Amino acid sequence: MTTTTIFGFCAAVLVGLGLYGLIVNPQPLRKLLAFNLMGNGVFLICAVIARRGAAAGMGGDPVPQALLITAIVVAFAASALAVALMLRLSEETGACSLSSTRGEGD
Amino acid sequence: MLPTAPTIMPTAGASLLTVAVLLPFFGVLFGLLLGGRNAERVAWATIVLGVVTVLAISRSLLSTRAALIYHLGGWAPPLGIALRADGLSVCMMLVVAVVVAAVAVYAHADFSTPAGAREARGPFSFWLLLLAVWGSLNLIFVSGDIFTLYVALELLTFAGAPLVSLDGRGETLQAALRYLLFALAGSMFYLLGAFLLYGVYGTLDIALLASQIKAQPVTWAAAALMTAGLLAKTALFPLHLWLPPAHAGAPAAASALLSGLVIKGSWFLVLRLWLDVFPVTATPAAAQWLAAFGASAIIIGNCVALRQARLKLLIAYSTVAQIGYLFLMFPLVAALDASRLASGPVVTGGLLQVVSHATAKAAMFMAAGLIYATLGHDRIADLRGSARALPLTVTAFVLAGASLVGLPPSGGFVAKWLLLSGATATAQWWWMLAMLAGGLLTSAYVFIVMVRSLAPAPAGWTAKRRVSAYQQWAVMALAQCSFLLGFAVLLPIDIVQIGRTGAPP
Amino acid sequence: MSIATHISLALLLLGLAFWTIVVRDTFSAVAGFIPYGLLLTSAWLALAAIDVALTEAAIGAGLTGALLIAAASRLHKTEIAARAEQRGTITRILAAILATTMTAAIMACILRLPDRAPTLAPTVARHLAQTGVGNPITAVLLSFRAMDTLLEAIVLLVGLIAIWSLAPDRAWGGRPGQAQTEDPKGPLAYLARVLPPIGIVIAIYIFWVGADHPGGKFQGATILAAMWLLVMMSGLSDAPAIDRGWLRFLLIVGPAAFIAVGFLGVVVAGAFLSYPTGFAKLLIVLIEAALLPSLAVTLALLLAGPPRRPGRRA
Repeated sequence: MTTTTIFGFCAAVLVGLGLYGLIVNPQPLRKLLAFNLMGNGVFLICAVIARRGAAAGMGGDPVPQALLITAIVVAFAASALAVALMLRLSEETGACSLSSTRGEGD
Repeated sequence: MLPTAPTIMPTAGASLLTVAVLLPFFGVLFGLLLGGRNAERVAWATIVLGVVTVLAISRSLLSTRAALIYHLGGWAPPLGIALRADGLSVCMMLVVAVVVAAVAVYAHADFSTPAGAREARGPFSFWLLLLAVWGSLNLIFVSGDIFTLYVALELLTFAGAPLVSLDGRGETLQAALRYLLFALAGSMFYLLGAFLLYGVYGTLDIALLASQIKAQPVTWAAAALMTAGLLAKTALFPLHLWLPPAHAGAPAAASALLSGLVIKGSWFLVLRLWLDVFPVTATPAAAQWLAAFGASAIIIGNCVALRQARLKLLIAYSTVAQIGYLFLMFPLVAALDASRLASGPVVTGGLLQVVSHATAKAAMFMAAGLIYATLGHDRIADLRGSARALPLTVTAFVLAGASLVGLPPSGGFVAKWLLLSGATATAQWWWMLAMLAGGLLTSAYVFIVMVRSLAPAPAGWTAKRRVSAYQQWAVMALAQCSFLLGFAVLLPIDIVQIGRTGAPP
Repeated sequence: MSIATHISLALLLLGLAFWTIVVRDTFSAVAGFIPYGLLLTSAWLALAAIDVALTEAAIGAGLTGALLIAAASRLHKTEIAARAEQRGTITRILAAILATTMTAAIMACILRLPDRAPTLAPTVARHLAQTGVGNPITAVLLSFRAMDTLLEAIVLLVGLIAIWSLAPDRAWGGRPGQAQTEDPKGPLAYLARVLPPIGIVIAIYIFWVGADHPGGKFQGATILAAMWLLVMMSGLSDAPAIDRGWLRFLLIVGPAAFIAVGFLGVVVAGAFLSYPTGFAKLLIVLIEAALLPSLAVTLALLLAGPPRRPGRRA
């Protein structure tokens, strides 16, 4: 069992956990947390791939590592947008929920 | 050793690809800096320059009859990022430019900064987000690198979600949040697939992947993940739940952008991946699943649309149904490629379907917006008087509907014709049934809307608001684009075949 | 680190993640997310991805953690009503099946990755000298795949515009966040006086050294953003109104400079974002120096949220 396999399996479980939480938790903030977990699992897989590509004196393949930095930053921006939507929703309707409490009226 | 793509001296047309992508974003920067009313002015300048750029790119493509390739930074893939525009990309860029221009004309009335205010939230955000949507779509069409495509998808989502909640009401905020969560989950699936592809093949470049890809379990998994993620963003049944409230709740100009253009971005990526990267794994069997979801979308979406009481929701569910048509082409292409027959006409059919839907749906949403402004509501049962008050608009709505139904000479008619001939050539007659059923259902609700709006208004009724003539003309122009698109097939060039990789020898 | 350490790290990570998903109270879930982020940083270190570890510590654990805690505390009052909604058993079972299938599929993929992993490290090493920088990741981010970095800066900006569009109409042009009424002699204000100068120096150091060692503008910009947020939260300085010209200028100067250098490359070196030989390091440092303030301001404002109070003094 090498390091990369350990973290690869860990990443796989993280993605599964995140997906489960995303589908099952009704609150948007919990869905966002689950999304972040799933995202971290995906990023871990990329880091595993980078580590497996260690060559030429470098500890890991620099291309996937650079992609990871971009992806982490973009994921933060996505979380910030989602949080802003949730906060505005709770200010507007008094609740933060994705289920429609009233039917589609005019 | 990984193969390196050959170093290519960029042609003038290829150099314009960077302009096509970055010009809208430069407009965003400039508009943000100048602020206030200038956001709209910058948007207009960008639109004019952008349309000129896309026309120049098309001319370059037609004269060279080969894909335009550009290596960013001078670095060839796999180390660098390549931009690659073939016939499909340029057609999509053209239709996006036309729809954006029409929406901008229409939106001038709804989203101008009111006199006396230096800067207003709605107009300022709308014009900047419009440019951002345009730039992301251009990037999706020409990027040749699957990770850059991920960034483009996220850009599109960040620009599209706030367009849904632009009016600030609770329901639209909820719809925007649901859309955002679906879209983010979809991007994450796509990203996972992209990483797995890199892990096996060591490159993110579409052309290099196409040359090295083999049918292995990891490739299958990557294809499934990327497709599933993109389907969530395209709202194909059964992942369509976020679309109707989002597109119906947005302001009319924003709905036109969202339904007409934004969902086409992720659809185009599915097409690009299946045609270019995964043809070896895109077996007819796998493609049957895609089309099965598509056929379900057509039937279910149209049936639910028939039951709607409000016009905007009807149009939104119609979008859910029309997205199904876009996926019927996949098993046809796969089967034709497998039997070594020409799949070009079917791809042309799919492209025509996309272009006619983009223009028709944008026209329909804009028409619905004008009807809402005139009547004060959009209840279908009470549309009487709208045809007399807005003759141009209602005619445009009906023409757009005719294109969606598939009446000649519209683009929808030619698209369905091509798809049907593909279905007969490969003996997949069940998709023909789905298309015909969808056409019947669509004509039903277009007819209902037409009849209701032709009814005379009650005595003494006046319009709530007078809408400007230029708005009606913008709607009519788009509807005509869709309705007369069938004549485009008479052009002597086979656009779709220019630069197409992955086609059988 | 040994295999045993890695295994315990992975198990701890999974344990915290599991807890975050199943615990009932949202605030506890978010509180579990912060140590999870720090453990994840250690995971990056175990996988020899130092730049990524820096970014994760700064943005993934730090900024995202702060964002989620602020969200959890402000959404606390909606918690009781939200707790009442629960998914039915069928949804749970289907979701569990889907999640397990995903996990199994990914594990199978991990095992089937080719033994001699394809890698671009030798190619990067071959062309590294041309870029003028010593850190291969900086070379990838700002030379080989510079377009991705430019687009990323634009993504952040579009995200900020999206967040601003969520403001109530009456507050447009105003200031994000609540007016702070912190005690000017309290501990938070003390921290906000002492830390920022140190933070700024560290940030600039990390930015400067990123050319040849792990580090770079993202990590430096995050530290700057954190310092500014600290000053805003302590009440020492108020959040800026979003219609201020200087703010808008700072936001766009990074991406604009990036695009300008890119088109300079077309004229001088033949392709967009290519650097003329000999000037590569200079141009890269120039781009990074322009991006540093833009990123810092954008990241801080992403956290601060949409404007909520009018900006003009009455």
